Amino acid sequence: MRKVYLASDNIISPLGFSSEENIEHIRSNQTGIKKVNDSTIWSEPFFGAVIENDKLSETWKEISNDSYTKLEKMMLLSISKLLVKNHELDINKCGIIISTTKGNIDSLGSNDTKEKAYLASVAKTIQQYFSLSKTPIVLSNACISGGLAIAIGKRMLQSGLYDDMVVVGGDLLSEFTLSGFYSFQAVSSKPCKPFCKNRTGISLGEAAASVWLSVYKKQNATNIQISGDASANDANHISGPSRTGEGLYISIEKALKESGLTSDQIDYVSAHGTATPFNDEMEAIAFNRAKLQNVPVNSLKGYYGHTLGASALIESIVARHCLINNELFASIGFEELGVSQPINVIKENTPLQLNRVLKTASGFGGCNVALVIEKVIS
Amino acid sequence: MKKEEYYILDYCTIKNHSIFKNGNLIYSDTESETLKGFAKSIYKFLGLSYPKFHKMDNLCKLGFLASEVLIKDNVKLDEDTALVLSNKASSLDTDRKHQESIQDREDFFPSPAVFVYTLPNIIMGEISIKNKLKSENAFFISEEFDTELMYTYSKILLNTEKASSVICGWVDLDTNKYDVFLAFLSKKGKIKLTKEELNKLYNQ
Amino acid sequence: MAELREELKEKIIEQLSLEDVEVSEIGDDDSLFGDGLGLDSIDALELIVLLEKDYGIKLKDPKEGKAIFESIGVMADYIAKNRTK
Repeated sequence: MRKVYLASDNIISPLGFSSEENIEHIRSNQTGIKKVNDSTIWSEPFFGAVIENDKLSETWKEISNDSYTKLEKMMLLSISKLLVKNHELDINKCGIIISTTKGNIDSLGSNDTKEKAYLASVAKTIQQYFSLSKTPIVLSNACISGGLAIAIGKRMLQSGLYDDMVVVGGDLLSEFTLSGFYSFQAVSSKPCKPFCKNRTGISLGEAAASVWLSVYKKQNATNIQISGDASANDANHISGPSRTGEGLYISIEKALKESGLTSDQIDYVSAHGTATPFNDEMEAIAFNRAKLQNVPVNSLKGYYGHTLGASALIESIVARHCLINNELFASIGFEELGVSQPINVIKENTPLQLNRVLKTASGFGGCNVALVIEKVIS
Repeated sequence: MKKEEYYILDYCTIKNHSIFKNGNLIYSDTESETLKGFAKSIYKFLGLSYPKFHKMDNLCKLGFLASEVLIKDNVKLDEDTALVLSNKASSLDTDRKHQESIQDREDFFPSPAVFVYTLPNIIMGEISIKNKLKSENAFFISEEFDTELMYTYSKILLNTEKASSVICGWVDLDTNKYDVFLAFLSKKGKIKLTKEELNKLYNQ
Repeated sequence: MAELREELKEKIIEQLSLEDVEVSEIGDDDSLFGDGLGLDSIDALELIVLLEKDYGIKLKDPKEGKAIFESIGVMADYIAKNRTK
């Protein structure tokens, strides 16, 4: 079976427009979640992680004068920055997967722009912008989209379809999703607090990110490999997480099996950790079933908010950098354990020799995904 | 990686007020004026008793009914039967409903029962719950039925043993225009699984 | 009060898409969740919206819903006491 490497990446988020800038901010435990006063999104102030329009437009002007939607700018910028960093990457020879849950959902409210709300329009925009011969694949699988897109990219590379793939993901913080999560009584009135006793729900965020998946190792660099992946449905409820963590547990077990590892060989778990009471509880149960209760775990939702289709992609990218830099980041927002099963939540940044990370995500529709991300030791 | 032969065991189509299995008309309803009514008449015809059905949005109802017809004569489905679905309009039919409920700030009542269906992969959640499938799910969006992607990705899941069989297809709904096609891919069957065959059956 | 109870039963059947259920089948004291009508977590959230939209009652803490939505009878009493429209 061919090996698949996470060769390079980019993150466009409130924490910066490069992966390095993002990591720098996380390292200093700065959050992108702020009190947002934007009446186009919500009539009252709320806590969320939004990308400032002015900053985005300014950066956008450096590469193009054409007008695009906010999400398109975020995604095009992310791919462009990935390409600038990696001259050897030929985007026309790559497979491309776009991961998004809602695409240009902010276009739905107006008659002039509602065609943009079709998710395939994002693919067409990316195809035209980079003059691609093939239309990118679009994956829309709720909150696991970004992680599942990496898994699918890996599988396609392993089957020999391509040698390189680019996975790009993105979602907006829109009135559409915010109102929906409010109707679910799931929005926190403070910045979210994953796994904490005092957690009261999610904070939403927006971001785009891209990764270059390759079957080729890089010379003179630390290579990071995806050695196992699996996805499984809970078959339980369309919005309520499984009480037994069934699908997540199955995903973890299968991903570990593929990578030839056991849970005691995992150094760090990058969890989904949305900070809703039920999600975090479900994850704690699944991690215990998989005997991962002692492994350091965090959720990055305290830094980014929940960025939906981008979240698991961003979290995988951060995991890659943690592996390269041998460091663990504090799960910000966390004070005191608030789940019924013991888990080892990271309270402060810790330097630690890291070789293997487990990344997980879970979403509406009962979907779950697990990725084993490993450092190649030469 | 295994290289076995795979087959299209069964397939199901819903179009033009009718539902077909393996190319044969099994039920037609030209009287119902709404899609909701059409879906309910199929539900009754199939003799289903599944209260959750009535809560689904129209897109899920269509996908769910097609899956019921597809697997009707099968023994219990293996829990590793993967779902690989696709469409053009995502969940826009319900997205528009949610948008309507928040369009006016003075009359702002988003409904959780509507919002939960604003994701296309919920169809796979509903089918998984009904059939206790703890399997791989993926929902793709494309302008039209992408035979290449459906074929290639399903084959990858089967060859790598990430799935024992696959239900793949197209479940699209856009302002009352619908088009549904599901195919059951497995180690048994009479129709050999090829791209050409899958495309032919979709266009039938 | 009997009128309000009937109205609630109709609304619940309509709002929660309980197509196979008739008004006459719901007893005033039947439990709505669990073994009774078998409502789930989304239904509970939908009932919170119904309280606000139709009766102008905004729950301060969604957890309050658990007690209020015990049965049609309990719900009707609560609405009669707290409604603003």
